[in-house]
Amino acid sequence: MRDAASVAGPPADAATREVVLDVRELTKRYGGQPVVRGLSFAIRRGECFGLLGPNGAGKTTTLRCVLGLIDPDGGTITLCGEGVPRSAREARVRVGVVPQQDNLDPDFTVAENLHVYGRYFGISRGAIDARIPKLLEFAGLAGKGAAAIRTLSGGMKRRLTLARALINDPELLILDEPTTGLDPQARHLIWDGLRQLLGAGKTILLTTHFMDEAERLATRLAVIDRGMLIACDTPRALIAQHVEPEVIEVYGDEAKAWAQMHGRRMAKRLELAGETAFCYAADAKPLLADLASRAGVRYLHRPANLEDLFVKLTGRDLRD
Amino acid sequence: MNTTTATSLPPSFWRPPTFSSRFVPVWQRNLLVWRKLAAASVLGNIADPLLYMLALGYGIGAMIGEVGGMPYVAFIGTGMVCQSAMFTASFEGMYSAFSRMHVQRTWDAIINAPIGLDDVVLAEWAWAGTKALMSTVAILLVLMALGFGHTWLALWILPLGFLVGLVFGAFGLTMTALAPGYDFFSYFFTLALTPMLLTSGVYFPVEQMPAWLATASNFLPLKHAIDLARPLMLGHVPSDVALHVAVLAAYALAAYWVALALTRRRLLR
Repeated sequence: MRDAASVAGPPADAATREVVLDVRELTKRYGGQPVVRGLSFAIRRGECFGLLGPNGAGKTTTLRCVLGLIDPDGGTITLCGEGVPRSAREARVRVGVVPQQDNLDPDFTVAENLHVYGRYFGISRGAIDARIPKLLEFAGLAGKGAAAIRTLSGGMKRRLTLARALINDPELLILDEPTTGLDPQARHLIWDGLRQLLGAGKTILLTTHFMDEAERLATRLAVIDRGMLIACDTPRALIAQHVEPEVIEVYGDEAKAWAQMHGRRMAKRLELAGETAFCYAADAKPLLADLASRAGVRYLHRPANLEDLFVKLTGRDLRD
Repeated sequence: MNTTTATSLPPSFWRPPTFSSRFVPVWQRNLLVWRKLAAASVLGNIADPLLYMLALGYGIGAMIGEVGGMPYVAFIGTGMVCQSAMFTASFEGMYSAFSRMHVQRTWDAIINAPIGLDDVVLAEWAWAGTKALMSTVAILLVLMALGFGHTWLALWILPLGFLVGLVFGAFGLTMTALAPGYDFFSYFFTLALTPMLLTSGVYFPVEQMPAWLATASNFLPLKHAIDLARPLMLGHVPSDVALHVAVLAAYALAAYWVALALTRRRLLR
């Protein structure tokens, strides 16, 4: 994907732009078990809104409700001005979806995949065929129109799925974990493409559990856990609000002992995970001075990031 | 009091089917794929019954002569038209639809576009009927080339083949909605299709069976299809046309509704 636009920051007039998706008090239960519990958020035109949460947090369920594929047990959803689920089909005319799992049509070529998908939107054959070269170029698949799907790499399939989601020139692009399973090079290509779309004024809703993805792309983030919104703001503001600005990670056998004896005293907050001690502080100098005096202790000093925020808000427990 | 709510379906899955022209692009998608893979498809669905028809028709026909007022090859050929419509639509509703639904996730992609699951299932149903019609055309053409069915009435076998396709396509889609994997479909073949094939009068008149079995066969949709096809082939107007058509249509619509409800339960949650 070429000619990537520079990272789109939050537009200055974001607060006054039209709301593309409005979710209020969304509730969904499966077999009496609540999966989404009173979730509310709104996305305005031009934003890249990230839904961040551990596995099972309710991200995919939320997206399925937003698209009108499942009926919520409570709450209201307005997508592109249409009430969902009642007018979900009318709303989906103006939405593009990149699903978590690739579902390109293996019986068709690259170009046929785009063509057939465009027909589902009721777009005329001529209009679709006029769009296909541009979409292929955007996806870095120019000249691959006649290729069979099975000959494409994982990254190419992902980019074609993204191009397919753009066949109807959507107002809102919804991506469910768009880069899961891709190698770093392929992920960067997808991110470049998404930045290009944001630069062109598209609105994006994205779920992810990759912090770097959220940090690079999202202009605003909602952290959800156990179906509830636990924080929602720009990535920087979230970090500033919830996490101490400096972090020192101390590794190795002695990390735990050192942390209990010294780290705990000097850090504002201390977390132990396996063989690593995380020391959070407003000023890391005393900690660094202490660590420098001890030979053989390995450590890393860095600014706080989304990962720290995420772990603070959702805990270190494994989610399956 | 009914306390088995855990296993019963919520009523919303059983809301009436919606019918809309939105099914057309999905049906066209299947047609496009079929055109690409036509050779293999034609071979599997049509060549097989043709070989059986010719071998059994002429081989056994040479020993027994006329059956039901027609040469045995025409008798079994007419049966094979219905059998082939049945198998073609069942295959389409099971293996092919299951591939699209579960393996390729094609349906998931489609319902993210402004097309509902009802439209997708309607398209698959219509497609199963279409495939049945194609095999009906092919076998009827061969029968006509052999000198049988040279009557305008025989053309009514074409819509009949489509209707048989709708019955068994809906049965197949019901199985697909329940299937954990491809192996599941062999239950339907072994427990439903094969017994039906042997008791509906495809290979021999049902009158040859014990009376209770012949009576029971009146509940089988394939029997009603054959009761319509045989007279048409001979250029006669079948008796009880309305009854036979009503039974087939009732099976088709009821099975379609069940298939749709079970598919909604499987995918819209």
